[in-house]
Amino acid sequence: MFNTEKIISDFPILQRKVNGGKRLVYLDSAATSQKPLSVIKAMDDYYRLYNANVHRGVYSLGYEATEAYELSRKKVAKFINAQTENIIFTRNASEAINLVASSWGRANFRSGDEILLTPMEHHSNLIPWQLIAQQTGAKLKFIPLIEPGILDIEQLPQLISEKTKFVSVVHSSNTLGTINPIEKIISHAHAYGAKILIDASQSVPHFSVDVQKLDCDFLVFSGHKMCAPTGIGCLFGKTELLDAMPPYMGGGEMISEVQLEFSSYREIPWKFEAGTPNISAAIGLGVAVDYLSSLGMYNIRQHEIELTNYALSVLQEVDEIEMYGPTENRGGVISFNIGDAHAHDVSTILDEDGICVRAGHNCTQPLVRWLGVPAVARASFYVYNTKEDVDALAASLKKVQEVFSFAAAK
Amino acid sequence: MKLNELYQTIILEHYKEPHNVGELLNADIESRGYNESCGDDVRLFVKLDDEKKIDEIRFKGKGCAISQSSTSMMTDAIKGKTIDEALLFVDSFKSMLKGEKQFSDEGDYEELSSLKGVLEFPVRVKCATLSWNTVRNGLLQFKSKENETTKVATTIHDEE
Ligand SMILES: Cc1ncc(COP(=O)(O)O)c(C=O)c1O
Repeated sequence: MFNTEKIISDFPILQRKVNGGKRLVYLDSAATSQKPLSVIKAMDDYYRLYNANVHRGVYSLGYEATEAYELSRKKVAKFINAQTENIIFTRNASEAINLVASSWGRANFRSGDEILLTPMEHHSNLIPWQLIAQQTGAKLKFIPLIEPGILDIEQLPQLISEKTKFVSVVHSSNTLGTINPIEKIISHAHAYGAKILIDASQSVPHFSVDVQKLDCDFLVFSGHKMCAPTGIGCLFGKTELLDAMPPYMGGGEMISEVQLEFSSYREIPWKFEAGTPNISAAIGLGVAVDYLSSLGMYNIRQHEIELTNYALSVLQEVDEIEMYGPTENRGGVISFNIGDAHAHDVSTILDEDGICVRAGHNCTQPLVRWLGVPAVARASFYVYNTKEDVDALAASLKKVQEVFSFAAAK
Repeated sequence: MKLNELYQTIILEHYKEPHNVGELLNADIESRGYNESCGDDVRLFVKLDDEKKIDEIRFKGKGCAISQSSTSMMTDAIKGKTIDEALLFVDSFKSMLKGEKQFSDEGDYEELSSLKGVLEFPVRVKCATLSWNTVRNGLLQFKSKENETTKVATTIHDEE
């Protein structure tokens, strides 16, 4: 069984009080998750006990650091059922997407080629494609959205053709919670020879993802949304694609033989890891993966489904609430608005009760525009959240109505 | 309670029914301000009279109660001022919002003093300053064009 009491005790930050002694109710894990003690301690140990650069020193400290760094890569690979050499460490999901857009894109896009995206992408999975499209003359196309915030995949046959060279789609939306039917999109893309990247920033932390079963070409995620520190993210890529791609950045670590005029590069994954990486964060990510595995990804998903369904039903009772996104097959993310109150004001009022929610466009401006509102407030759940957190949110939302009741009454 | 000081009745009144909303087609100054972090977006239109005083000012945009009410009160307060008077006034009020200067509740500041509550909410100060920075930017741009009555349209991305 999922023992949230025990889990909460694993996260030091959840023991602190905010705003004059209030319990911290952290409902912004879609932005970044909190970190368990085991992860914090692993990073601390690295700096205290075996801090050295990786892939360089011949001395034992350097060897220990390299072993720990590469062990994390193995753990991450196993976590998404990939081979170790197919996991490239980046700073975050954004850098991983930029790497693919720049490296694969520059080598492959020609004027008139099409890149298929969706209007629910995080800016991180939109701007890199805009940039490469501007540089190469490729064109962006979008799978349309339909109510209540799902992709109209009936349109896929009209949208994908021989011209489509690349498809990049979010697995689970950070604003709507929608879990997209990526299996269908992947097979459509492959039927026309297009490559496909999955933005798994909101899926890998929350449920089991198997890159071999999916057969996606690339998949990206950030460590900091899955109990790991900031500054570490991952790119999964298929071997033949990564091998054929030119390096993204040049520098130490990624080279084999260097002459003054030219160089040869190391094999994957190191070809794409120029310079000293974020060693402690990579080690932290490995331990975060251990932590999530010990809870069990299936159990985590069940916990979040239960919590999300509970929240949907409890919040439904709040006067004047409007919630966005599908009611089924969704991640633990609920975006909403209350009457006339702006999400920013909602967030300030909740904060007074120690409740942290995101407010604004959640880095999905086109999507929030599609919803037809200036902004949304968003509550998102993770392993340490409980029904009490949801109840606290619902109770605090009543205060929003009290503050704005004057406005409503007029 | 801190919240009651932030969401005073005057602020909520201006939020619900903001003053000077709309566009001016023949504006002398158009200025736009954008706050990336929360998506607040304000467009200001200023029409000057023959003596270069602010004859009319309107705004369009959506935002939170703090930014909308601040904009609404700002437009009331600077109407009738010359460009230089308006710039002085804007700088003075911005200093109050940033806690660099005591809030006044006299004269032009009477209603504006209701924004004092944001001092307790540092992350919300930029909601209140957005339209002030936006009008300041527009007025300065206009001045730098040596008072030619040409339309200036500027955009700022609010950092403060
Ligand atoms: C769906 C999605 N994609 C991409 C990102 C970008 O992640 P990062 O900022 O860590 O690169 C996020 C995080 O906000 C996200 O939710």
